[in-house]
Amino acid sequence: MITLKGVRKTFGPQAVLDGLDLDIPTGQRIALVGSNGAGKTTFFRCLLGEYVHDGEIRVMGRDPRRDRAAVLGLVGFVPQLPPPLRMPVGALMTYVADLTGSSVARMDEIADRLGLDIRPIRARPFVKLSGGMKQKLMIATALGRDVRLLIMDEPAANLDPAARHALFDLLADRIGTTMIVSSHRLDEIAPLVNRVVELERGKVVLDDVVTDAGALGSGFLARLELAGADPAFARGAVEWGLSSADRDTSWQGEIAGPDRLRFLGFVARHSGVISGFEMRGR
Amino acid sequence: MLSPQSPGFEASLVEAPGRRAPRRSGFVATMRLEVAEALRAKWFLFYSLVFFGLVAVMLVFGLTESRVMGFTGLSRLLVTYTQLAMAILPVFVLISTVRSLAGDREAGVFEYMLALPVGIGAWYGGRLIGRFLVTALPVVLAVLIAIGYGAARGVAVPWRELGLELGLLVTLVWCFVGIAFLISALSRSTDTAQTAAFLIWLTLVLALDLVLLGLMIRGQAPVETIVGVALANPLQVFRTASMLIFDPQLVLLGPTAYVILDLFGRTGFVVWAFAYPIFLGAMAAGLGYWIFRRADLP
Repeated sequence: MITLKGVRKTFGPQAVLDGLDLDIPTGQRIALVGSNGAGKTTFFRCLLGEYVHDGEIRVMGRDPRRDRAAVLGLVGFVPQLPPPLRMPVGALMTYVADLTGSSVARMDEIADRLGLDIRPIRARPFVKLSGGMKQKLMIATALGRDVRLLIMDEPAANLDPAARHALFDLLADRIGTTMIVSSHRLDEIAPLVNRVVELERGKVVLDDVVTDAGALGSGFLARLELAGADPAFARGAVEWGLSSADRDTSWQGEIAGPDRLRFLGFVARHSGVISGFEMRGR
Repeated sequence: MLSPQSPGFEASLVEAPGRRAPRRSGFVATMRLEVAEALRAKWFLFYSLVFFGLVAVMLVFGLTESRVMGFTGLSRLLVTYTQLAMAILPVFVLISTVRSLAGDREAGVFEYMLALPVGIGAWYGGRLIGRFLVTALPVVLAVLIAIGYGAARGVAVPWRELGLELGLLVTLVWCFVGIAFLISALSRSTDTAQTAAFLIWLTLVLALDLVLLGLMIRGQAPVETIVGVALANPLQVFRTASMLIFDPQLVLLGPTAYVILDLFGRTGFVVWAFAYPIFLGAMAAGLGYWIFRRADLP
Protein backbone atom coordinates (compact mmCIF):
# COMPACT_ATOMS: atom_id res chain seq x y z
CA MET A 1 0.00 0.00 0.00
CA ILE A 2 2.71 2.49 1.03
CA THR A 3 6.44 2.32 0.37
CA LEU A 4 9.04 4.83 1.49
CA LYS A 5 12.63 4.53 0.34
CA GLY A 6 15.29 6.84 1.74
CA VAL A 7 12.83 9.67 2.33
CA ARG A 8 14.63 12.75 3.54
CA LYS A 9 13.10 16.16 4.18
CA THR A 10 15.13 19.13 5.33
CA PHE A 11 14.20 22.64 6.43
CA GLY A 12 17.37 24.65 6.06
CA PRO A 13 20.21 22.66 7.60
CA GLN A 14 17.88 20.56 9.75
CA ALA A 15 16.74 17.13 8.57
CA VAL A 16 13.20 16.55 9.84
CA LEU A 17 12.93 13.18 8.08
CA ASP A 18 16.29 11.50 7.81
CA GLY A 19 16.35 8.65 5.31
CA LEU A 20 13.09 6.91 6.18
CA ASP A 21 12.53 3.39 4.84
CA LEU A 22 9.12 1.95 5.54
CA ASP A 23 6.78 -0.57 4.00
CA ILE A 24 3.12 -0.53 5.03
CA PRO A 25 0.98 -3.38 3.67
CA THR A 26 -2.70 -2.97 2.80
CA GLY A 27 -5.00 -3.15 5.81
CA GLN A 28 -2.34 -2.48 8.41
CA ARG A 29 -3.11 -0.05 11.23
CA ILE A 30 -0.12 1.95 12.31
CA ALA A 31 0.38 4.08 15.40
CA LEU A 32 2.86 6.78 14.56
CA VAL A 33 4.24 8.06 17.83
CA GLY A 34 6.99 10.42 18.83
CA SER A 35 7.63 13.60 20.75
CA ASN A 36 7.12 17.12 19.39
CA GLY A 37 9.37 17.70 16.41
CA ALA A 38 9.91 13.99 15.80
CA GLY A 39 8.69 14.43 12.22
CA LYS A 40 5.14 13.02 12.36
CA THR A 41 3.40 15.95 10.65
CA THR A 42 6.17 16.22 8.05
CA PHE A 43 5.79 12.49 7.39
CA PHE A 44 2.05 12.97 6.78
CA ARG A 45 2.59 15.96 4.52
CA CYS A 46 5.07 13.98 2.44
CA LEU A 47 2.59 11.09 2.19
CA LEU A 48 -0.11 13.54 1.06
CA GLY A 49 2.15 14.91 -1.66
CA GLU A 50 2.31 18.33 -0.02
CA TYR A 51 6.06 18.47 0.61
CA VAL A 52 8.88 18.02 -1.85
CA HIS A 53 11.50 15.61 -0.52
CA ASP A 54 14.42 13.42 -1.42
CA GLY A 55 13.88 9.68 -1.78
CA GLU A 56 10.77 7.94 -3.06
CA ILE A 57 7.23 7.56 -1.80
CA ARG A 58 4.63 5.33 -3.43
CA VAL A 59 1.03 5.17 -2.27
CA MET A 60 -0.96 2.44 -3.98
CA GLY A 61 1.89 2.23 -6.47
CA ARG A 62 1.75 5.93 -7.40
CA ASP A 63 3.61 9.08 -6.60
CA PRO A 64 1.26 11.14 -4.38
CA ARG A 65 2.82 14.37 -5.61
CA ARG A 66 2.52 13.67 -9.32
CA ASP A 67 -0.77 11.73 -9.26
CA ARG A 68 -2.41 13.83 -6.57
CA ALA A 69 -6.03 13.63 -7.65
CA ALA A 70 -5.93 9.85 -8.25
CA VAL A 71 -4.13 9.01 -5.00
CA LEU A 72 -5.84 11.51 -2.71
CA GLY A 73 -9.25 10.39 -3.94
CA LEU A 74 -8.64 7.26 -1.89
CA VAL A 75 -7.08 8.97 1.13
CA GLY A 76 -8.99 10.42 4.06
CA PHE A 77 -7.08 12.93 6.17
CA VAL A 78 -7.91 14.29 9.61
CA PRO A 79 -5.53 17.11 10.63
CA GLN A 80 -4.33 17.65 14.18
CA LEU A 81 -5.59 21.25 14.21
CA PRO A 82 -8.76 21.92 12.22
CA PRO A 83 -8.06 24.73 9.74
CA PRO A 84 -9.73 28.13 10.35
CA LEU A 85 -12.07 27.84 7.36
CA ARG A 86 -14.49 30.74 7.07
CA MET A 87 -16.83 28.90 4.74
CA PRO A 88 -20.10 27.50 6.10
CA VAL A 89 -20.19 23.87 7.17
CA GLY A 90 -22.53 23.02 4.28
CA ALA A 91 -20.19 24.60 1.70
CA LEU A 92 -17.22 22.62 3.03
CA MET A 93 -19.15 19.35 2.88
CA THR A 94 -20.39 20.09 -0.63
CA TYR A 95 -16.85 20.92 -1.78
CA VAL A 96 -15.47 17.66 -0.39
CA ALA A 97 -18.40 15.69 -1.84
CA ASP A 98 -17.92 17.34 -5.26
CA LEU A 99 -14.23 16.47 -5.37
CA THR A 100 -14.54 12.94 -4.08
CA GLY A 101 -17.77 11.81 -5.71
CA SER A 102 -19.21 11.15 -2.28
CA SER A 103 -22.46 12.51 -0.86
CA VAL A 104 -23.17 15.07 1.82
CA ALA A 105 -25.83 12.72 3.23
CA ARG A 106 -23.17 10.09 3.92
CA MET A 107 -21.04 12.62 5.78
CA ASP A 108 -24.15 13.73 7.71
CA GLU A 109 -24.64 10.14 8.76
CA ILE A 110 -21.07 9.77 10.06
CA ALA A 111 -21.32 13.10 11.88
CA ASP A 112 -24.57 11.92 13.44
CA ARG A 113 -22.89 8.75 14.71
CA LEU A 114 -20.24 10.94 16.29
CA GLY A 115 -22.96 12.93 18.05
CA LEU A 116 -22.91 15.96 15.76
CA ASP A 117 -26.22 17.07 14.23
CA ILE A 118 -25.31 18.94 11.04
CA ARG A 119 -28.72 20.52 10.34
CA PRO A 120 -28.55 23.40 12.84
CA ILE A 121 -24.93 24.23 11.97
CA ARG A 122 -25.02 23.83 8.18
CA ALA A 123 -25.03 27.59 7.54
CA ARG A 124 -22.58 28.40 10.35
CA PRO A 125 -18.97 29.26 9.45
CA PHE A 126 -16.73 26.29 10.20
CA VAL A 127 -14.34 28.49 12.16
CA LYS A 128 -17.12 29.40 14.63
CA LEU A 129 -17.68 25.79 15.73
CA SER A 130 -16.29 24.45 19.00
CA GLY A 131 -13.07 22.42 18.92
CA GLY A 132 -14.96 19.14 19.36
CA MET A 133 -17.48 19.97 16.63
CA LYS A 134 -14.70 20.86 14.18
CA GLN A 135 -12.92 17.61 14.94
CA LYS A 136 -16.09 15.58 14.42
CA LEU A 137 -16.72 17.31 11.10
CA MET A 138 -13.16 16.66 9.93
CA ILE A 139 -13.63 12.98 10.78
CA ALA A 140 -17.04 12.91 9.05
CA THR A 141 -15.60 14.34 5.82
CA ALA A 142 -12.73 11.83 5.91
CA LEU A 143 -14.84 8.77 6.74
CA GLY A 144 -17.93 9.75 4.75
CA ARG A 145 -16.45 8.45 1.51
CA ASP A 146 -14.75 5.42 0.03
CA VAL A 147 -11.12 5.60 1.11
CA ARG A 148 -8.40 2.96 1.20
CA LEU A 149 -6.04 4.89 3.43
CA LEU A 150 -6.84 6.95 6.51
CA ILE A 151 -4.26 9.40 7.82
CA MET A 152 -5.27 10.81 11.17
CA ASP A 153 -3.26 13.24 13.26
CA GLU A 154 -4.45 12.97 16.87
CA PRO A 155 -8.04 12.29 15.75
CA ALA A 156 -9.52 11.78 19.22
CA ALA A 157 -7.78 14.69 20.95
CA ASN A 158 -10.86 16.96 21.18
CA LEU A 159 -13.53 14.30 21.44
CA ASP A 160 -15.74 13.49 24.42
CA PRO A 161 -15.89 9.84 25.58
CA ALA A 162 -19.10 9.08 23.67
CA ALA A 163 -17.66 10.45 20.42
CA ARG A 164 -14.41 8.57 21.01
CA HIS A 165 -16.42 5.40 21.45
CA ALA A 166 -18.27 6.10 18.19
CA LEU A 167 -15.00 6.86 16.38
CA PHE A 168 -13.46 3.58 17.52
CA ASP A 169 -16.57 1.73 16.29
CA LEU A 170 -16.43 3.52 12.94
CA LEU A 171 -12.78 2.62 12.52
CA ALA A 172 -13.48 -0.97 13.52
CA ASP A 173 -16.06 -1.14 10.71
CA ARG A 174 -13.39 -0.19 8.18
CA ILE A 175 -12.02 -3.65 7.65
CA GLY A 176 -9.22 -3.65 5.08
CA THR A 177 -8.62 0.09 5.26
CA THR A 178 -5.01 1.01 5.93
CA MET A 179 -4.69 3.51 8.78
CA ILE A 180 -1.92 5.67 10.11
CA VAL A 181 -2.80 7.37 13.39
CA SER A 182 -0.42 9.70 15.16
CA SER A 183 -0.27 10.62 18.80
CA HIS A 184 2.14 11.85 21.40
CA ARG A 185 0.96 9.05 23.66
CA LEU A 186 1.01 5.43 22.66
CA ASP A 187 -1.50 4.41 25.36
CA GLU A 188 -4.13 6.63 23.69
CA ILE A 189 -4.05 4.84 20.38
CA ALA A 190 -2.44 1.46 21.07
CA PRO A 191 -5.82 -0.32 21.05
CA LEU A 192 -6.61 1.09 17.61
CA VAL A 193 -3.59 -0.34 15.87
CA ASN A 194 -1.63 -3.49 15.14
CA ARG A 195 1.75 -1.92 14.52
CA VAL A 196 3.68 0.87 16.23
CA VAL A 197 6.24 3.04 14.52
CA GLU A 198 8.08 5.54 16.67
CA LEU A 199 9.90 8.48 15.13
CA GLU A 200 12.69 10.36 16.82
CA ARG A 201 14.47 13.20 15.03
CA GLY A 202 13.24 11.98 11.70
CA LYS A 203 14.34 8.37 12.09
CA VAL A 204 12.40 5.21 12.93
CA VAL A 205 13.57 4.16 16.40
CA LEU A 206 10.87 1.54 17.04
CA ASP A 207 8.87 -0.63 14.67
CA ASP A 208 6.83 -3.27 16.48
CA VAL A 209 3.66 -5.31 16.27
CA VAL A 210 0.93 -4.76 18.86
CA THR A 211 -1.37 -7.32 20.39
CA ASP A 212 -3.90 -5.90 22.80
CA ALA A 213 -6.98 -7.17 24.63
CA GLY A 214 -8.64 -3.82 24.12
CA ALA A 215 -8.51 -3.97 20.37
CA LEU A 216 -10.70 -1.99 18.03
CA GLY A 217 -14.31 -3.14 18.18
CA SER A 218 -13.98 -4.73 21.62
CA GLY A 219 -15.91 -3.53 24.66
CA PHE A 220 -16.20 -3.92 28.40
CA LEU A 221 -19.20 -3.96 30.70
CA ALA A 222 -18.45 -1.78 33.72
CA ARG A 223 -20.35 -1.77 37.01
CA LEU A 224 -19.64 0.62 39.88
CA GLU A 225 -21.04 0.92 43.40
CA LEU A 226 -20.67 4.13 45.35
CA ALA A 227 -20.53 4.58 49.10
CA GLY A 228 -22.90 7.52 48.69
CA ALA A 229 -24.35 9.85 46.06
CA ASP A 230 -21.75 12.12 44.45
CA PRO A 231 -22.84 14.82 41.93
CA ALA A 232 -19.32 15.19 40.42
CA PHE A 233 -19.10 11.45 39.82
CA ALA A 234 -22.61 11.40 38.38
CA ARG A 235 -21.76 14.09 35.81
CA GLY A 236 -18.64 12.22 34.71
CA ALA A 237 -20.46 8.89 34.62
CA VAL A 238 -23.16 10.30 32.32
CA GLU A 239 -20.45 11.60 29.98
CA TRP A 240 -19.02 8.09 29.85
CA GLY A 241 -22.44 6.76 28.91
CA LEU A 242 -23.08 5.00 32.22
CA SER A 243 -26.58 4.81 33.60
CA SER A 244 -28.01 4.38 37.03
CA ALA A 245 -31.39 3.01 37.93
CA ASP A 246 -31.48 5.01 41.14
CA ARG A 247 -29.40 7.97 39.76
CA ASP A 248 -27.44 7.57 42.97
CA THR A 249 -25.14 4.80 44.06
CA SER A 250 -25.22 2.06 41.42
CA TRP A 251 -23.93 2.73 37.87
CA GLN A 252 -23.32 0.54 34.86
CA GLY A 253 -22.63 0.74 31.13
CA GLU A 254 -20.42 -0.27 28.25
CA ILE A 255 -16.93 1.10 27.69
CA ALA A 256 -15.18 0.86 24.31
CA GLY A 257 -12.12 -1.39 24.45
CA PRO A 258 -9.74 1.32 23.20
CA ASP A 259 -11.07 3.66 25.90
CA ARG A 260 -10.57 1.39 28.88
CA LEU A 261 -7.33 2.99 30.09
CA ARG A 262 -8.92 6.41 30.07
CA PHE A 263 -11.95 5.00 31.88
CA LEU A 264 -9.73 3.45 34.52
CA GLY A 265 -8.23 6.91 34.97
CA PHE A 266 -11.73 8.26 35.61
CA VAL A 267 -12.35 5.47 38.14
CA ALA A 268 -9.04 6.20 39.85
CA ARG A 269 -9.91 9.89 40.20
CA HIS A 270 -13.13 8.99 42.02
CA SER A 271 -11.75 6.08 44.04
CA GLY A 272 -12.66 7.91 47.25
CA VAL A 273 -16.38 7.45 46.64
CA ILE A 274 -16.29 4.06 44.89
CA SER A 275 -17.05 1.06 47.07
CA GLY A 276 -17.23 -1.59 44.37
CA PHE A 277 -15.97 -1.92 40.79
CA GLU A 278 -16.20 -4.61 38.14
CA MET A 279 -15.19 -4.62 34.46
CA ARG A 280 -15.74 -7.61 32.18
CA GLY A 281 -14.97 -8.19 28.54
CA ARG A 282 -18.01 -8.29 26.26
CA MET B 1 -9.82 -10.79 -8.72
CA LEU B 2 -6.41 -9.66 -7.53
CA SER B 3 -5.20 -10.58 -4.07
CA PRO B 4 -3.15 -8.12 -2.00
CA GLN B 5 -0.05 -10.12 -2.89
CA SER B 6 -0.70 -10.05 -6.65
CA PRO B 7 1.42 -7.83 -8.86
CA GLY B 8 -0.53 -4.72 -9.83
CA PHE B 9 -2.90 -5.01 -6.85
CA GLU B 10 -1.99 -1.57 -5.47
CA ALA B 11 -2.43 0.20 -8.79
CA SER B 12 -5.80 -1.54 -9.13
CA LEU B 13 -6.94 0.19 -5.93
CA VAL B 14 -6.59 3.56 -7.61
CA GLU B 15 -8.28 2.38 -10.77
CA ALA B 16 -10.98 0.29 -9.11
CA PRO B 17 -14.02 0.12 -11.46
CA GLY B 18 -16.49 0.77 -8.64
CA ARG B 19 -14.80 3.96 -7.65
CA ARG B 20 -17.03 7.00 -8.14
CA ALA B 21 -15.82 9.84 -10.28
CA PRO B 22 -15.80 13.36 -8.85
CA ARG B 23 -19.12 15.08 -9.44
CA ARG B 24 -17.45 18.31 -10.49
CA SER B 25 -13.93 19.02 -11.75
CA GLY B 26 -11.43 20.31 -9.21
CA PHE B 27 -11.11 23.53 -11.18
CA VAL B 28 -14.84 24.28 -11.23
CA ALA B 29 -15.39 23.26 -7.59
CA THR B 30 -12.47 25.39 -6.41
CA MET B 31 -13.54 28.37 -8.52
CA ARG B 32 -17.08 28.18 -7.13
CA LEU B 33 -15.73 27.95 -3.61
CA GLU B 34 -13.44 30.96 -4.16
CA VAL B 35 -16.31 33.05 -5.54
CA ALA B 36 -18.63 32.02 -2.70
CA GLU B 37 -15.92 32.74 -0.11
CA ALA B 38 -15.27 36.20 -1.56
CA LEU B 39 -18.97 37.07 -1.72
CA ARG B 40 -19.21 36.36 2.01
CA ALA B 41 -16.04 38.22 2.95
CA LYS B 42 -15.97 41.67 4.51
CA TRP B 43 -13.26 42.88 2.13
CA PHE B 44 -15.55 42.20 -0.81
CA LEU B 45 -18.41 44.12 0.78
CA PHE B 46 -16.14 47.10 1.43
CA TYR B 47 -14.55 46.83 -2.01
CA SER B 48 -17.97 46.78 -3.70
CA LEU B 49 -19.23 49.67 -1.59
CA VAL B 50 -16.26 51.78 -2.69
CA PHE B 51 -16.98 51.32 -6.40
CA PHE B 52 -20.76 51.57 -6.14
CA GLY B 53 -20.27 54.53 -3.81
CA LEU B 54 -18.02 56.28 -6.32
CA VAL B 55 -20.61 55.97 -9.04
CA ALA B 56 -23.42 57.03 -6.70
CA VAL B 57 -21.49 60.10 -5.57
CA MET B 58 -20.75 61.08 -9.18
CA LEU B 59 -24.39 60.73 -10.14
CA VAL B 60 -25.69 62.50 -7.05
CA PHE B 61 -23.37 65.46 -7.64
CA GLY B 62 -24.55 65.73 -11.23
CA LEU B 63 -21.33 64.78 -12.95
CA THR B 64 -23.29 63.75 -16.00
CA GLU B 65 -24.51 67.31 -16.37
CA SER B 66 -21.14 68.95 -15.80
CA ARG B 67 -18.56 69.98 -18.37
CA VAL B 68 -14.96 69.65 -17.26
CA MET B 69 -12.02 69.88 -19.65
CA GLY B 70 -14.31 69.27 -22.58
CA PHE B 71 -15.90 66.06 -21.28
CA THR B 72 -19.62 65.95 -20.61
CA GLY B 73 -22.33 63.48 -19.67
CA LEU B 74 -21.46 59.82 -19.28
CA SER B 75 -18.10 60.36 -20.97
CA ARG B 76 -17.15 62.67 -18.15
CA LEU B 77 -18.33 60.14 -15.60
CA LEU B 78 -16.37 57.35 -17.26
CA VAL B 79 -13.17 59.37 -17.43
CA THR B 80 -13.41 60.28 -13.75
CA TYR B 81 -14.36 56.76 -12.76
CA THR B 82 -11.47 55.11 -14.61
CA GLN B 83 -8.95 57.59 -13.19
CA LEU B 84 -10.24 56.94 -9.65
CA ALA B 85 -10.32 53.20 -10.28
CA MET B 86 -6.69 53.33 -11.33
CA ALA B 87 -5.81 54.84 -7.97
CA ILE B 88 -7.88 52.44 -5.86
CA LEU B 89 -8.10 49.17 -7.73
CA PRO B 90 -4.48 47.94 -7.89
CA VAL B 91 -3.74 48.36 -4.19
CA PHE B 92 -7.10 46.86 -3.26
CA VAL B 93 -6.60 43.84 -5.50
CA LEU B 94 -3.01 43.28 -4.42
CA ILE B 95 -3.55 43.56 -0.67
CA SER B 96 -6.83 41.64 -0.47
CA THR B 97 -5.55 38.80 -2.67
CA VAL B 98 -2.20 38.30 -0.97
CA ARG B 99 -3.85 38.54 2.46
CA SER B 100 -6.28 35.83 1.47
CA LEU B 101 -3.75 33.43 -0.08
CA ALA B 102 -0.79 33.94 2.24
CA GLY B 103 -3.16 34.06 5.23
CA ASP B 104 -4.68 30.71 4.25
CA ARG B 105 -1.25 29.16 3.88
CA GLU B 106 -0.05 30.55 7.21
CA ALA B 107 -3.19 29.42 9.06
CA GLY B 108 -2.93 25.81 7.85
CA VAL B 109 -5.84 25.96 5.41
CA PHE B 110 -3.61 24.71 2.57
CA GLU B 111 -2.64 21.62 4.58
CA TYR B 112 -6.25 20.47 4.71
CA MET B 113 -7.55 21.72 1.37
CA LEU B 114 -4.60 20.31 -0.56
CA ALA B 115 -5.03 16.92 1.08
CA LEU B 116 -8.27 16.65 -0.92
CA PRO B 117 -8.19 15.07 -4.38
CA VAL B 118 -7.67 18.19 -6.46
CA GLY B 119 -4.74 18.71 -8.83
CA ILE B 120 -2.40 21.58 -8.04
CA GLY B 121 -3.15 23.18 -11.41
CA ALA B 122 -6.91 22.85 -10.96
CA TRP B 123 -6.72 24.30 -7.46
CA TYR B 124 -4.44 27.19 -8.40
CA GLY B 125 -6.38 27.93 -11.61
CA GLY B 126 -9.74 27.73 -9.82
CA ARG B 127 -8.65 30.21 -7.18
CA LEU B 128 -7.06 32.51 -9.80
CA ILE B 129 -10.10 32.69 -12.05
CA GLY B 130 -12.51 32.83 -9.11
CA ARG B 131 -10.60 35.73 -7.60
CA PHE B 132 -10.43 37.51 -10.96
CA LEU B 133 -14.18 37.21 -11.45
CA VAL B 134 -15.14 38.52 -8.03
CA THR B 135 -12.65 41.37 -8.24
CA ALA B 136 -13.80 42.47 -11.68
CA LEU B 137 -17.52 42.11 -10.94
CA PRO B 138 -18.17 45.24 -8.78
CA VAL B 139 -15.96 47.41 -11.02
CA VAL B 140 -17.95 46.51 -14.12
CA LEU B 141 -21.35 46.37 -12.43
CA ALA B 142 -20.98 49.87 -10.97
CA VAL B 143 -20.34 51.31 -14.44
CA LEU B 144 -23.25 49.40 -15.94
CA ILE B 145 -25.57 50.76 -13.26
CA ALA B 146 -24.40 54.29 -14.03
CA ILE B 147 -24.94 53.72 -17.73
CA GLY B 148 -28.43 52.34 -17.08
CA TYR B 149 -29.24 55.35 -14.92
CA GLY B 150 -27.86 57.78 -17.50
CA ALA B 151 -29.66 56.09 -20.39
CA ALA B 152 -32.93 56.15 -18.44
CA ARG B 153 -32.52 59.92 -18.06
CA GLY B 154 -31.91 60.35 -21.75
CA VAL B 155 -28.17 61.00 -21.59
CA ALA B 156 -26.29 59.81 -24.70
CA VAL B 157 -24.34 56.59 -24.09
CA PRO B 158 -20.86 56.48 -25.69
CA TRP B 159 -21.03 52.72 -26.36
CA ARG B 160 -17.69 52.29 -28.10
CA GLU B 161 -15.77 54.23 -25.48
CA LEU B 162 -17.70 52.50 -22.73
CA GLY B 163 -16.74 49.06 -24.06
CA LEU B 164 -13.07 50.01 -24.36
CA GLU B 165 -12.92 51.58 -20.89
CA LEU B 166 -14.58 48.57 -19.30
CA GLY B 167 -12.18 46.29 -21.16
CA LEU B 168 -9.22 48.29 -19.88
CA LEU B 169 -10.52 48.07 -16.31
CA VAL B 170 -10.94 44.31 -16.58
CA THR B 171 -7.41 43.87 -17.98
CA LEU B 172 -6.07 46.00 -15.13
CA VAL B 173 -7.84 43.72 -12.63
CA TRP B 174 -6.41 40.63 -14.36
CA CYS B 175 -2.90 42.10 -14.37
CA PHE B 176 -2.90 42.79 -10.63
CA VAL B 177 -4.61 39.52 -9.68
CA GLY B 178 -1.79 37.73 -11.57
CA ILE B 179 0.88 39.79 -9.78
CA ALA B 180 -0.82 39.09 -6.42
CA PHE B 181 -0.74 35.33 -7.09
CA LEU B 182 2.97 35.54 -7.89
CA ILE B 183 3.67 37.43 -4.66
CA SER B 184 1.62 34.87 -2.70
CA ALA B 185 3.54 31.96 -4.24
CA LEU B 186 6.83 33.58 -3.27
CA SER B 187 5.85 34.59 0.29
CA ARG B 188 5.71 32.30 3.28
CA SER B 189 3.99 34.79 5.60
CA THR B 190 1.17 37.30 5.33
CA ASP B 191 3.40 40.13 6.56
CA THR B 192 5.99 39.51 3.86
CA ALA B 193 3.32 39.20 1.17
CA GLN B 194 1.55 42.42 2.21
CA THR B 195 4.81 44.35 2.39
CA ALA B 196 5.86 43.12 -1.04
CA ALA B 197 2.44 43.95 -2.51
CA PHE B 198 2.52 47.45 -1.06
CA LEU B 199 6.05 48.10 -2.29
CA ILE B 200 5.20 46.96 -5.81
CA TRP B 201 2.14 49.21 -5.89
CA LEU B 202 4.16 52.14 -4.49
CA THR B 203 6.89 51.63 -7.09
CA LEU B 204 4.36 51.63 -9.93
CA VAL B 205 2.62 54.73 -8.59
CA LEU B 206 5.92 56.58 -8.18
CA ALA B 207 6.88 55.57 -11.71
CA LEU B 208 3.71 57.21 -13.01
CA ASP B 209 4.79 60.80 -12.68
CA LEU B 210 7.43 61.41 -10.08
CA VAL B 211 10.14 59.23 -11.53
CA LEU B 212 9.29 59.98 -15.16
CA LEU B 213 9.15 63.73 -14.56
CA GLY B 214 12.34 63.58 -12.50
CA LEU B 215 14.14 61.73 -15.26
CA MET B 216 12.92 64.14 -17.90
CA ILE B 217 13.68 67.30 -15.93
CA ARG B 218 17.17 66.26 -15.04
CA GLY B 219 17.73 64.90 -18.51
CA GLN B 220 19.87 62.11 -17.16
CA ALA B 221 18.28 59.33 -19.13
CA PRO B 222 17.74 58.83 -22.84
CA VAL B 223 14.21 59.38 -24.14
CA GLU B 224 13.97 55.70 -25.06
CA THR B 225 14.54 54.73 -21.43
CA ILE B 226 11.85 57.10 -20.22
CA VAL B 227 9.39 55.85 -22.82
CA GLY B 228 10.37 52.27 -21.95
CA VAL B 229 9.65 52.87 -18.25
CA ALA B 230 6.28 54.37 -19.12
CA LEU B 231 5.36 51.51 -21.44
CA ALA B 232 6.42 48.87 -18.92
CA ASN B 233 4.31 50.33 -16.13
CA PRO B 234 0.79 48.87 -16.41
CA LEU B 235 -0.62 51.82 -14.50
CA GLN B 236 0.87 54.31 -16.95
CA VAL B 237 -0.30 52.26 -19.90
CA PHE B 238 -3.82 52.12 -18.47
CA ARG B 239 -3.82 55.82 -17.68
CA THR B 240 -2.66 56.87 -21.12
CA ALA B 241 -5.01 54.48 -22.93
CA SER B 242 -8.03 55.54 -20.88
CA MET B 243 -7.30 59.15 -21.87
CA LEU B 244 -6.65 58.21 -25.49
CA ILE B 245 -10.07 56.61 -25.84
CA PHE B 246 -11.86 59.91 -25.18
CA ASP B 247 -9.11 62.27 -26.33
CA PRO B 248 -7.70 60.88 -29.62
CA GLN B 249 -5.08 63.66 -29.92
CA LEU B 250 -4.02 63.25 -26.29
CA VAL B 251 -4.28 66.97 -25.70
CA LEU B 252 -4.47 66.27 -21.95
CA LEU B 253 -1.04 64.65 -22.01
CA GLY B 254 0.85 67.52 -23.62
CA PRO B 255 3.95 67.07 -25.80
CA THR B 256 4.48 63.47 -24.63
CA ALA B 257 1.54 62.57 -26.85
CA TYR B 258 3.74 62.96 -29.93
CA VAL B 259 6.01 60.14 -28.79
CA ILE B 260 3.10 57.78 -28.15
CA LEU B 261 1.21 58.64 -31.31
CA ASP B 262 4.34 58.51 -33.48
CA LEU B 263 5.45 55.22 -31.99
CA PHE B 264 2.14 53.33 -31.88
CA GLY B 265 -0.63 55.36 -33.46
CA ARG B 266 -3.97 55.51 -31.65
CA THR B 267 -5.16 52.00 -32.44
CA GLY B 268 -1.74 50.52 -31.85
CA PHE B 269 -1.53 51.98 -28.36
CA VAL B 270 -5.02 50.78 -27.45
CA VAL B 271 -4.04 47.29 -28.61
CA TRP B 272 -0.86 47.53 -26.53
CA ALA B 273 -2.93 48.73 -23.54
CA PHE B 274 -5.02 45.57 -23.75
CA ALA B 275 -2.34 43.07 -24.69
CA TYR B 276 0.39 44.13 -22.28
CA PRO B 277 -1.56 43.91 -18.96
CA ILE B 278 -3.14 40.62 -20.06
CA PHE B 279 0.30 39.24 -20.91
CA LEU B 280 1.87 40.60 -17.72
CA GLY B 281 -0.92 39.19 -15.53
CA ALA B 282 -0.78 35.80 -17.27
CA MET B 283 3.03 35.66 -17.01
CA ALA B 284 2.98 36.59 -13.32
CA ALA B 285 0.24 34.05 -12.55
CA GLY B 286 2.05 31.40 -14.62
CA LEU B 287 5.35 32.06 -12.89
CA GLY B 288 3.52 31.92 -9.54
CA TYR B 289 2.09 28.53 -10.50
CA TRP B 290 5.50 27.26 -11.59
CA ILE B 291 6.98 28.28 -8.22
CA PHE B 292 3.99 27.03 -6.23
CA ARG B 293 3.93 23.54 -7.72
CA ARG B 294 7.66 23.04 -7.21
CA ALA B 295 7.74 24.08 -3.59
CA ASP B 296 6.20 22.81 -0.36
CA LEU B 297 2.47 23.46 -0.63
CA PRO B 298 1.45 24.25 2.98
